[in-house]
Amino acid sequence: MAQTERRDAPELPDFSLLKRLARDQLIFLLEQLPGKKDLFIDADLMSPLDRIANVTILKQHEVDKLYKVELKQIVSNSDQLCFLIRPRIQTVKWISELVNSDKAAGRFRRYKIIFTPQKFYACETVLEEQGVYGDVTTDEWNFYILPLDDDILSLELPEFFRDNFLEGDQRWVTTGGSALHLLQSVYGSFSKFYGIGRCAKMVYESWRELMEEGEQRTKQPEFAKVFLIDRDVDFVTPLCSQVVYEGLVDDIFRIKCGSVEFGPDVTSSDKSIKVMLNSQDKVFNEIRNEHFSNVFGFLSQKAKNLQTAYDKRRGMDIQQMKAFVADELKGLKQEHRLLSLHIGASESMMKKKTKQDFQELLKTEHSLLEGFEVRECITCIEEHINRQVSMIDSLRLLCLLSITENGLLSKDYRSLKAQYLQSYGIQHLLTFANLKQLGLLQEQQTGETLTVMESKVGKLVNDKTAGKLTDAFSSLAKKSNFRALSKKLALVPKSGEEYDLRVPRDMAYVFSGAYIPLSCKLIEQVLERDGWTGLEEVTRMLNGQEFAVTGGSSSSEARNKTDAQRIVLVMFLGGCTFSEISALRFLGKERGCRFIVITTAITNSARLLEALLDSHP
Amino acid sequence: MAFVTANWNPLGEAFYRKIELYEMGWNLKDGLRDCLVAAAPYGGPIALLKERNRRSPSARPQLEIYSSSGLPLASFPWKSGVVKQLGWTVSDDLLCVQEDGTVLVYDLFGGFKRHFSMGNEVSQSQVLETKIFHSPYGTGVAILTGTLRFTLATNIDDIKLRRLPEIPGLQGAPSSWAVLTQDRQCKVLVASESHLFILDNTACTPVTPPGFSPEAPSIVHICVSFSYKYLALLTDSGHVWMGTSNLKEKLSEVDTKIKTPPKQMAWCRRPKSQQPSAVVMWDGLLLVVGECKETIKYHLDDESILVPELDSVRIISGTHHELLQEVPGACEEIFKIASMAPGALLLEAHKEYEKESQKADEYLREIKEQSLLSEAVRQCVEAAGHEHEPETQKTLLRAASFGKCFLSNFPPEQFVSMCRDLRVLNAVRDYTVGIPLTHTQFKQMTVQVLIDRLVYRKLYPLAIEVCRYLKTPEYQGVSRVLKHWACYKVQQKEESDEVIAKSVSVKLADAAGISYSEIATKAYESGRTELAIKLLEFEPRSGEQVPLLLKMKKSPLALSKAIESGDTDLVYTVVMYLKNELNRGDFFMMLRNQPVALSLYRQFCKHQEQETLKDLFNQDDDHEELGNFYVKASYKEQRLEARIALLQSAVDEYYKAKNEFSAKATEDEMRLLRFQRKLEEEKGEPLVGFSLHDTMTMLLSVGLHKQAEQLYKDFKVPDKRFWWLKLKALAEKEDWEELEKFAKSKKSPIGYLPFVEVCIKHHNKYEAKKYVSKVTPEQKVKAHLAVGDVEGAAEAAIERRNESEISTVLSRCSATTDHILVERLNRAKATAAKK
Repeated sequence: MAQTERRDAPELPDFSLLKRLARDQLIFLLEQLPGKKDLFIDADLMSPLDRIANVTILKQHEVDKLYKVELKQIVSNSDQLCFLIRPRIQTVKWISELVNSDKAAGRFRRYKIIFTPQKFYACETVLEEQGVYGDVTTDEWNFYILPLDDDILSLELPEFFRDNFLEGDQRWVTTGGSALHLLQSVYGSFSKFYGIGRCAKMVYESWRELMEEGEQRTKQPEFAKVFLIDRDVDFVTPLCSQVVYEGLVDDIFRIKCGSVEFGPDVTSSDKSIKVMLNSQDKVFNEIRNEHFSNVFGFLSQKAKNLQTAYDKRRGMDIQQMKAFVADELKGLKQEHRLLSLHIGASESMMKKKTKQDFQELLKTEHSLLEGFEVRECITCIEEHINRQVSMIDSLRLLCLLSITENGLLSKDYRSLKAQYLQSYGIQHLLTFANLKQLGLLQEQQTGETLTVMESKVGKLVNDKTAGKLTDAFSSLAKKSNFRALSKKLALVPKSGEEYDLRVPRDMAYVFSGAYIPLSCKLIEQVLERDGWTGLEEVTRMLNGQEFAVTGGSSSSEARNKTDAQRIVLVMFLGGCTFSEISALRFLGKERGCRFIVITTAITNSARLLEALLDSHP
Repeated sequence: MAFVTANWNPLGEAFYRKIELYEMGWNLKDGLRDCLVAAAPYGGPIALLKERNRRSPSARPQLEIYSSSGLPLASFPWKSGVVKQLGWTVSDDLLCVQEDGTVLVYDLFGGFKRHFSMGNEVSQSQVLETKIFHSPYGTGVAILTGTLRFTLATNIDDIKLRRLPEIPGLQGAPSSWAVLTQDRQCKVLVASESHLFILDNTACTPVTPPGFSPEAPSIVHICVSFSYKYLALLTDSGHVWMGTSNLKEKLSEVDTKIKTPPKQMAWCRRPKSQQPSAVVMWDGLLLVVGECKETIKYHLDDESILVPELDSVRIISGTHHELLQEVPGACEEIFKIASMAPGALLLEAHKEYEKESQKADEYLREIKEQSLLSEAVRQCVEAAGHEHEPETQKTLLRAASFGKCFLSNFPPEQFVSMCRDLRVLNAVRDYTVGIPLTHTQFKQMTVQVLIDRLVYRKLYPLAIEVCRYLKTPEYQGVSRVLKHWACYKVQQKEESDEVIAKSVSVKLADAAGISYSEIATKAYESGRTELAIKLLEFEPRSGEQVPLLLKMKKSPLALSKAIESGDTDLVYTVVMYLKNELNRGDFFMMLRNQPVALSLYRQFCKHQEQETLKDLFNQDDDHEELGNFYVKASYKEQRLEARIALLQSAVDEYYKAKNEFSAKATEDEMRLLRFQRKLEEEKGEPLVGFSLHDTMTMLLSVGLHKQAEQLYKDFKVPDKRFWWLKLKALAEKEDWEELEKFAKSKKSPIGYLPFVEVCIKHHNKYEAKKYVSKVTPEQKVKAHLAVGDVEGAAEAAIERRNESEISTVLSRCSATTDHILVERLNRAKATAAKK
């Protein structure tokens, strides 16, 4: 049952090179400020930085003390302060205030801000407005991509989602383009681009511009195809509970930058342990893509195997024993340690997940996806809210309900919102405003009112703007069309059929056989058709914005079936879930190709919704 | 080949030759008499100022500019002050130094560019003499003032005036002086009578040239070589002393036997030349002096001037333009009478070959025997480069090509590049172009500069031909020329915007790396805004268009172009610019039409200017967002009154936005806040800020049942919620008595299974059991199992004859202890299945 790689699977490029590049640049930047210095790091950069350059390396380059940026008064005696931050206005403002207070106190220090992955004009404007532009030097650390695993690359920009889709702030688009450009310049060109979504298109344009400006390097392509997809094309998938092992671990323990902290309940000791979760972990590598129900069986089998391996010791002579201790024991011990950790984690998850609540939650979710017994689902959600089971889960179910049903009936919309406010407070008025704007939670609108409105407005203004306005309207009233899409693409398998989760039939296994992730299905279909032909109706329901372009290197010799031709780069703009990655891995195995996922960040339902809360400061 | 050597004159070991370059195309009445003349080096243009000494204001002197071949480039009457000196900069601009020290700069076509002053001191004491010189730092101007002091500017593009120290004991004007560039510094060498001084930034040092006897008569002329390496001095006794300019070495001393002061003197030597030599010019006489006692005399018919070059001297008279140079080694080897040099033999061999004579073989054999054939080819190629006549060039190149045939692995580069160079050189030497460059000069000046000069002379087609012919990379070659052409084109006032825009776009269409924004900037600078906008349309990178559009005050266009570029930084730049430029209303209006810019600005305001954010929403009548804005603001407020006031504003906005739901919810919140505060004051429980649900839980947990009930009624809390809430709160408190009372108060809307479960959760089986009987039949099994009553569960399941329920119970039975029960269940299951 353990999924083994196909023998003919193509080799993946070596992404550790990206880390090395980033490290070298960082060291170069640190040396630009010679002498001892204190380094202030944005909290969310800590983990990514740790993967690039650890404390020892930083100390080697005269970093004296390390601080987390907390937007508070600082206690540092150093004469040189270096800030390693994301280009955010509030952080820059904080630094400006710090500089100004030093100035007022007559204290002289040198300040250097290193923006990563790039600096924004707005940040410089703030420095200027606060009158400290001349007092600080700024630099860029072009750390665009953090390789999380052999096949997962992350931009580590969780704010991409909110900024781009909610606030309409497109400044990260160029970052996406630069990341692609970086990959291209290190690993070779792309032969074909597919994409769907407004942001995807812009990222593609941004990449193209960069490529046209820079020198052309014709390298053998490492990635044949690139697929760009906006998160708002498919909101259903990230809103579903994850049941594949890696996704489940993320949902429950939250994987941060490829590592997870298992608490005392998992480690069965009194301290927490941080574990890196990637393909280096042999135990994890074999279960990460498995449906959770299979994991226990697998782990116990594994434990038995391990025992047999240990048992080999018996009846060994001295020589053999020596070899055993030298070669195998260490590996076995390591495996043993990991195995016990994962067993602990599974137990802990089992405890949570076999509870009645969770079973009901799953049942509700599946009913919603199928569009079956919706009334009961609403009652369930209501009870869920009333009992204050979980703020995020309730919100998640509400959104799922709205998307699958193309919006809520007026009556339900009001009453559910009112109940939610009673449970969790009025500040969620803002949350609801955000969800509505994104089309995640809205009132049902009859199609007629919309077309009437459109044609009215269309008459008022000339054609060109009318087009834009229609765009605006369609985004205002984003119809998810989930039901129709699901039918068209056969996302929900017929109910009643038994689904053997041990032998996955299709990508639906990542959701217990109840649903094939829309995003992954789109990728499968487009790759199969080598474009969007035949999917016109689907793209229309997804608001269009699809494209397929033959890429930069039009070299015909690249046409031959090299390994590279079977590597597909999938870029998720706004985040992707582990379930999607598992589904793509499955698809890759079926089709004899490999997928590399590059995402602005790893997301799940909780992260997605938390990004949309307007929590008070 | 007697004719080649016809104009050769021997001087010591070397030969000198004088070649006619052009018959001048100009028509000067009095030749160069009474003219101030300046000719630029490297075959540059010639400037003439006629009749400059006539001071009557009615007759203004005429300033004329010609090419080296005497074709007129510009002519205009001189209207400014008295000109002391004309000179050319390294980039072919004309400098006119006036008496008062003002320097006027004109371009090649007489267009005024700018002027600068050489300082107060100069303008007060007037200019006595001036020299314009070239150094690695650019073009410099040196001035000797009426007070006998020197003022120096090393680079006129970056003027730093330097006043040199005084020369002690200097009575009258020095007899001669020159500017030297040495040790990365510009110095002035001054001769006064028999004394010689060097002036640098700090000091005035008297010097003596080696081998120059102290009782020697006074120096009347100083001349420095083109490279500043050599120095020649002429004394009033007619002696010429030649040496290195660092005054460390004497090269020769020759008696000219002419004691009248000369008109001009210039070095005539080439890099790697055989001997130092200078040319001295008197009225009607030109003398070449070298190392030996002899001199070469040339007769001059006409008033002439000497133009020193890197490798020769040019002589310009009213009618002719000639070149005087030492015959280059390669040419000498080949053409010298009875020369047996390999090159000469090869040329001879080729000549015989053309005549189909077998002597060709003899000559060739002779060269080959000495294995000097490659040397012979090299000589012919090199000599071709130095020859001026295309016929001679061809003869030599043919000979070289002939010789090459007998060599197996002779590298062809030298031959090929020489052919190319000569083709270009012959083209620019043409009478109509008039740039008489020698090959040595061409190599020194580089192709880049030559193209610049062609562009500067507006010879665009020729420049492009040269680029294409020499295969210059497009960025540096064709594209650059086209850009210059377009920049010139857009300044032509007589043509309409459409015509110009069209012709520019047609010509530039397929050229790589053209920056249309640069051309548009030029158009804008010459006052053609509309044309500039048209040209910008051709710019493919919208980012490039933005700065100029802003400069032209086309802000809406700039903003939309910035957005088009997808570069948010650029959008910010424009937005910030507009914010300062426009009044607030206009600014907001503009943002309103550009959603991308608006959302960017909103993001900025969220952190920097909260109030502006409010104004923005106000402007748009976006009441919904305003409502949200107030709600958000209310959290930041600590004082309850202010908080409620903000919420009230939110309510008003929500009503305006016709969002009754939000308005009602906000009103409820205000009511809740007031209620919470009242209770807080009365009971001392911290409540403010909790949600309704949490407030009720809180109240119940401290036993304030009445108040909780009140909220339940006032806020129309659904029954189910209240029951759940109370159930949990009481269980939490373990107030089982109250719980029982509550259960009995009326029929539970949530059923009684939750009661069972909640009790179990708090480990009170006893209480849980109390509610099992109340549970609906469907949930009975679950309830029994929850309290651990397997038998009860079995009973219920069997009664209901529900297969799955029976299975559930079975899974909870252990085969050993509940033996009988299991059997019963199995039987029941069988019957249930049968049905």
